[in-house]
Amino acid sequence: MTTIPDLFEQMAYGPAPEDASAAHAWLGNHEAVFGHWIGGRWTSPRRDFQSKNPADGALLAELSQGTAEDIDHAVRAARASLKAWQSLSGDQRGRHLYAIARQVQKHARLFAVLETLDNGKPIRESRDIDIPLVARHFYHHAGWASLIEDELPGSQPVGVVGQVIPWNFPLLMLAWKVAPALAAGNTVVLKPAEYTSLTALLFAEMVHRAGLPPGVLNIVTGDGVTGRALVKHQGIDKVAFTGSTEVGREIRSVTAGTGKALTLELGGKSPFLVFSDADLDGAVEGVVDAIWFNQGEVCCAGSRLLVQESVAIVFEERLKRRMQTLRVGPPLDKAIDMGAIVDPTQLQRIERYVEMGKAEGGVCWQSDVVLPSEGCFFPPTLFTGVESAHTLAREEVFGPVLAAMTFRTHDEAIALANNTRYGLAASVWSENVNLALDVAARLKAGVVWVNCTNQFDAASGFGGYRESGFGREGGVEGLWAYRRATADLPADQGLSPDPMPEPLAPREGRTLDRTPKLYIAGRQVRPDGGHSRAIPSPDGSLLGEVGEGNRKDIRNAVEAAHAASAWGRVSAHGRAQVLYFLAENLEARSKEFAARLLDCTGRDGRAEVEASVRRLFIYAGWCDKFEGAVHQAPVGHIVLALPEPIGVIGVICPDEAPLLSMVSLLSPVLAMGNTVVLVPSERHPLIATDFYQVLDTSDVPAGAINLVTGSKDLLAQVLAEHDDVDALWYAGHADLGGMIERWSIGNLKQTWVTAGQRNWSDPTLGEGREFLRRATQVKNLWVPYGE
Amino acid sequence: MGVTKLRKPRHAGLPARNPGVALDLDWLAEQRVNRSAAERRAQSLAGRRTVKKDWQAAWLLRALTCIDLTTLDGGDTSSNVARLCAKARRPLRSDLAAALGAESLNVAAVCVYPLFVEEACGALAGSGIPVASVAAGFPDGLTKFEQRLDEVRDARVAGAQEIDIVIRRQWVLSADWSALYQEVQAFRKAAGDCRLKVILGTGNLGNLTNVSKASLVAMMAGADFIKTSTGKEGVNATLPVTLVMLRAIRHFFDRTGFAVGFKAAGGIRKAKDALSYLMLVHEELGTAWLCESRFRIGASGLLGDLSRQLEHRTTARYSSDRRHPMG
Repeated sequence: MTTIPDLFEQMAYGPAPEDASAAHAWLGNHEAVFGHWIGGRWTSPRRDFQSKNPADGALLAELSQGTAEDIDHAVRAARASLKAWQSLSGDQRGRHLYAIARQVQKHARLFAVLETLDNGKPIRESRDIDIPLVARHFYHHAGWASLIEDELPGSQPVGVVGQVIPWNFPLLMLAWKVAPALAAGNTVVLKPAEYTSLTALLFAEMVHRAGLPPGVLNIVTGDGVTGRALVKHQGIDKVAFTGSTEVGREIRSVTAGTGKALTLELGGKSPFLVFSDADLDGAVEGVVDAIWFNQGEVCCAGSRLLVQESVAIVFEERLKRRMQTLRVGPPLDKAIDMGAIVDPTQLQRIERYVEMGKAEGGVCWQSDVVLPSEGCFFPPTLFTGVESAHTLAREEVFGPVLAAMTFRTHDEAIALANNTRYGLAASVWSENVNLALDVAARLKAGVVWVNCTNQFDAASGFGGYRESGFGREGGVEGLWAYRRATADLPADQGLSPDPMPEPLAPREGRTLDRTPKLYIAGRQVRPDGGHSRAIPSPDGSLLGEVGEGNRKDIRNAVEAAHAASAWGRVSAHGRAQVLYFLAENLEARSKEFAARLLDCTGRDGRAEVEASVRRLFIYAGWCDKFEGAVHQAPVGHIVLALPEPIGVIGVICPDEAPLLSMVSLLSPVLAMGNTVVLVPSERHPLIATDFYQVLDTSDVPAGAINLVTGSKDLLAQVLAEHDDVDALWYAGHADLGGMIERWSIGNLKQTWVTAGQRNWSDPTLGEGREFLRRATQVKNLWVPYGE
Repeated sequence: MGVTKLRKPRHAGLPARNPGVALDLDWLAEQRVNRSAAERRAQSLAGRRTVKKDWQAAWLLRALTCIDLTTLDGGDTSSNVARLCAKARRPLRSDLAAALGAESLNVAAVCVYPLFVEEACGALAGSGIPVASVAAGFPDGLTKFEQRLDEVRDARVAGAQEIDIVIRRQWVLSADWSALYQEVQAFRKAAGDCRLKVILGTGNLGNLTNVSKASLVAMMAGADFIKTSTGKEGVNATLPVTLVMLRAIRHFFDRTGFAVGFKAAGGIRKAKDALSYLMLVHEELGTAWLCESRFRIGASGLLGDLSRQLEHRTTARYSSDRRHPMG
């Protein structure tokens, strides 16, 4: 036996196990076998699959694999409870959320221990990070439930929400999904990840005890098959998913064209930038929090270390020394830094990546830590000499593996950091505030942490750019993901489409022939294919011919739009000036446009032109008023929610009100600093080709607006499939809308598809904040302070 | 327990005393400390590390051996100094010490004002426990330089084996690093063979980057220990300040090969606090630094709480102050 004198000599930490008896007792009360939680009660339990403790392989419980029938049962329960839940006042819903927060706090240690048993994460993290953040999330949203009617006016709950969450932060991801959904007046069917269902089941039981009405929250356990059944279920109004980009893409495909709202929080390969003027020791600790937090199984893990060349050697030495002090072992030990990898499958995946990293020429270094002889463990791992062409620099490992690279200048750092399909998070270390904020502004990421990393708060939105998904969780942005704005509603306003008459009568040759062209990069250009399409007037006579745009025209237009990205850096005042100028010049030619509308549609166009001028005027006013927020962040931090342009947005215009609808879609996109590739109304493109003359006279920078006329179906597909188009807006027939959502899975671009025709002259449908929200993405910037 | 007896830890191949190095201003210019990051590290460590049961007892005993048992009070007289020295000789109640096998353990030193050095030396004669004297215009360092220097010499002559000097904080605040360097060098020379602990007065230094720079300059000038504070500043030892000083010690060791010690002083009264400091040293510098030759805690009340916690380990009952002799 080791005596105190021996220990006095060794000065080692020794074991410090957390007591797991309460968690085992809870499992024992259920005889370690569970059904689903549907409609406020357990279904009869089945022994379909097992949940194991990854630290020792011990069986924790047996669980039911949710079938399509189970899902249907749960969706019906959620639907049945929806009306009563929505009829509660915001205050009453807030009280329920408050009770949930209290319940989590009252049983915090049970939740924490159960989470650690099931997931393998260190008890320190489940106890000090996961569970407190869960409680915080419900408290925060208890407040939102009361405030939502006033703060999100004109919006409605989405309905029944299907949620699929990952295994890395099981209960926290549940909280991120459930709290805003319930606060916003929705009911929920949630499927936890099959490795980690237990805290969700405990949670269900606890909230029932706290008085949540039956059916408002339903939990169905199972694997991807169950998830697929949930996502496909026709009774679901919205799908919210957190997990791999691969599965996210599948969900995008399955939900395309169904009218289901969708938010995706996907993978990342987040950069961690260390500049030569950083507090290097502080940054080393930052790396620990970035990649060895939760065994690196973190979607926003700082897995790509970019260090300025001049400090790279010293930084590597210090990092390695620090890695030697990381303790890996039994997750229930209170003095452990890294616990177990969630499952043998994941462990093998990590091992595969490490082998690949070595094979591709990276230099692998691991700390000397002695891993437990059994269970799923992997040591802290550093790869140096990684190049951006290597797999480790590009693909998400989801494990404790850091890929390190160097950079020379801050421009190069930004270029390397942004050289990824993902855009979830980034961390910037520098003591120079000018440098840090410049880099933060130019990084393509939904969250940027300056001199810190992996900081979260319920008041601050979290979510990614690019293929890291769309939608935000947390804060008011996250709340919007569970509400429908009026402008989002399928808006069939009883308008009928203008018919395309046949055959075309020959044109009466009184005026000089005009050749409308495409408008790309600020120039009128002929269509690449050399074809034109005839445009009839309502009575069937030939009004004119427009260019038949094709793939290459779209390609050129997208390139022009990217080349014009400086538009996003023009001051808000400057953008407003251009929009005002557009309004002024359109008004100056209002007679001409009204006459053209009459020719095209057979209807008096004066009111439409007037409304279009007004809309430009309004969005000019919005340019410098759609502002971000300063969040009520933890003390010692400033957290800024910055609305940023999305980038290049494709816009497919509808046929109704061809000028006004085009202006209504174009103006907010432009006002927020995006550049645009616009496909005008297929039926009435001549309005758009007249409009480029207004553009030419209004100081619109070349390439900021590009117009490609032609077949809507064909051009929409090219735009939707284009990997360098960041978002796509479509208003029109539902069939094409569904196709657009399906085509867009390649780069998971944000689509805004509204089916049906809308009355564009109605400001609640045709303009306002929802358009601006859709034209921006929020970057949350965390800046701690203190000297 | 009790078969093996505890002995003071020794470190084989302990490097020679830090002789100091040339003042390197470029090195100072590289120092940058982000307070938020330092605070986060210090704060999260409390949740990351703990010791339980016999390990905790061992760590508490190790803390005991690193205490500079201190009285630096305006009301000090011969009687309370004598009481303190007696406590230093027998830091634990004898039955408790026996139960833990810790009869041979002493505190690291007794620290007093210069006037009491001779008395303390007498009271500790034969115990092997050194007397440490504060000097050089303690606590503010704002008396004439010659006078401060004389204090250092006097303390040595009076029998102190360790001298805790204060720096003139002005040199840090005005970034006059060469003045600071020369001052510490002069004290080092005047201290002769005495161990020189340099008190930075971190509560006066304005920010952590200054703490880092002052630490380096003190070490360059030949400090044997760098010490946080006098106990008289508004803010004394804190974990973030300690973190910064420990990192400076590590960088100095990496670059020069000379191991400099660290002393935390002021406000460390609870066993749990002491463990936090030990753990921070363990993490940043390793176990080699967890011995009296490289780590000290300047404290008066801490020993009482250590005794209570150690008794709890042997009896499984929570203990009371009145069961332990006061120091």
